[in-house]
Amino acid sequence: MATVRIPKVLQAQTGGQSEVEAAGADVGEVLRALTAAHPETEAQLFGEEGELNRYVNVYLNDEDVRVLEGLETAVADGDTVVILPAMAGG
Amino acid sequence: MATGAQTKAVVEEIEPFEAAQEIEGGVVVLIDTREPHEFQEARIEGGKLVPPGLLRDEIAAAAPDKSARTILYCRSGNRSYKAAEQMEALGYTDVASMAGGILLWQEQGLPVVATEGMSAEQRDRYSRHTLLPEVGVEGQLRMLNAKVLLLGAGGLGAPTALYLAAAGIGTIGLVDDDVVDASNLQRQVIHNTERIGVPKTESARLTIEALNPDVKVIEHRTRLDAENILEIIEPYDVIVDGADNFPTRYLLNDASVRLRKPVVSASILSFDGQISTFVPFEGPCYRCLYPTPPPAEMAPSCSANGVLGVMAGTMGTLQANEVLKLVIGIGEPLVGRLLLYEALATRFTELKVRRDPECPICGENAVEIPESEIGQFPDYQAFCAG
Repeated sequence: MATVRIPKVLQAQTGGQSEVEAAGADVGEVLRALTAAHPETEAQLFGEEGELNRYVNVYLNDEDVRVLEGLETAVADGDTVVILPAMAGG
Repeated sequence: MATGAQTKAVVEEIEPFEAAQEIEGGVVVLIDTREPHEFQEARIEGGKLVPPGLLRDEIAAAAPDKSARTILYCRSGNRSYKAAEQMEALGYTDVASMAGGILLWQEQGLPVVATEGMSAEQRDRYSRHTLLPEVGVEGQLRMLNAKVLLLGAGGLGAPTALYLAAAGIGTIGLVDDDVVDASNLQRQVIHNTERIGVPKTESARLTIEALNPDVKVIEHRTRLDAENILEIIEPYDVIVDGADNFPTRYLLNDASVRLRKPVVSASILSFDGQISTFVPFEGPCYRCLYPTPPPAEMAPSCSANGVLGVMAGTMGTLQANEVLKLVIGIGEPLVGRLLLYEALATRFTELKVRRDPECPICGENAVEIPESEIGQFPDYQAFCAG
């Protein structure tokens, strides 16, 4: 099980939960487990082709998955997946 | 000489010119019985600092010989008199207090070792900075000579500007074309109720001028766009991004990379905040972090979603901290790191931000952006703003 950290702007789609436990061998599977449990997050995270939206940053622990193996990055039990939205509020 | 023959000890007091003669003659221990910040501002050459509260513990090290001739001075002669009494009680036999203190000494034209480059008022105002070994007089002078531009005199800009002004950043530029609205006052602490309807740059300038007359405020009552951005940011050393919309953030990034200006960038929304420091070509830029802005429907704004007012203070003061470190040249700025703050959990998370070799602005194949192309990127189209 990995812990997915949900940013405040996405929490409306997770029933207010700030963390969601999700199973999966890699980052893609973990995020798919999240969207399966909370379908409204799907459109925020994934494009029509099933690819991760370019404006969504995903980190495995403290490292951007783009510099790892992307959605194929292996996830170990107890890892944290952080979803980071770009924000422009000032 | 101490008049030990009397039943109640009376401390010997000497005039500054007498003290000066004795000091010039050599064999005398000179003790400064003031506080460290006073000592640092101006002192008599050769004076050893022993603050009043530490006399009992520190005097033996400063004046090991209890029979040696010892002269004490303070600001005006009171603290040194009391310290002399204490020393006599500890067994010192030849102690004198300089009447009138360093004030009278200076009034009589006798020389002091003073901190260079700052006025007496500045030495006093910034004494809690200059006392820090990491800052010192040199660091304070850097702040006084620094030019910092704040993008937005709103939520983030308000606390950032207040602390930068208090710190003595010599020139603060403010870019904002908005006027103060009642709904701003829940977080924009540089403004106040009487200033509703006043341009934000003007309101901020009035507050800053009342706080610290050392600060020169430059008002840029405009919105940054591709035409004016290079000219506006060029004179500044550090840019603080507290913009309320994505187009301005990307525009600022592209222009600041081109001009190699460091940007301290923060954003807040509801209960979440983010901050990072972008130093062009030393670390990643904003586009390395966020290659593409979100579509408007997925980019909620503060006016649509709300923001807890104190978030502006938390993230704004973190921005000020980054600016001061960059200006003074100390510590580890948030280069290549993004600090995420979640107010509801009270949790800070640090994430790594890498330079993107494919970055169109600062990557391996990036060419310097010609002036005509600043702001011409296809993703500058209208997003949901403010």
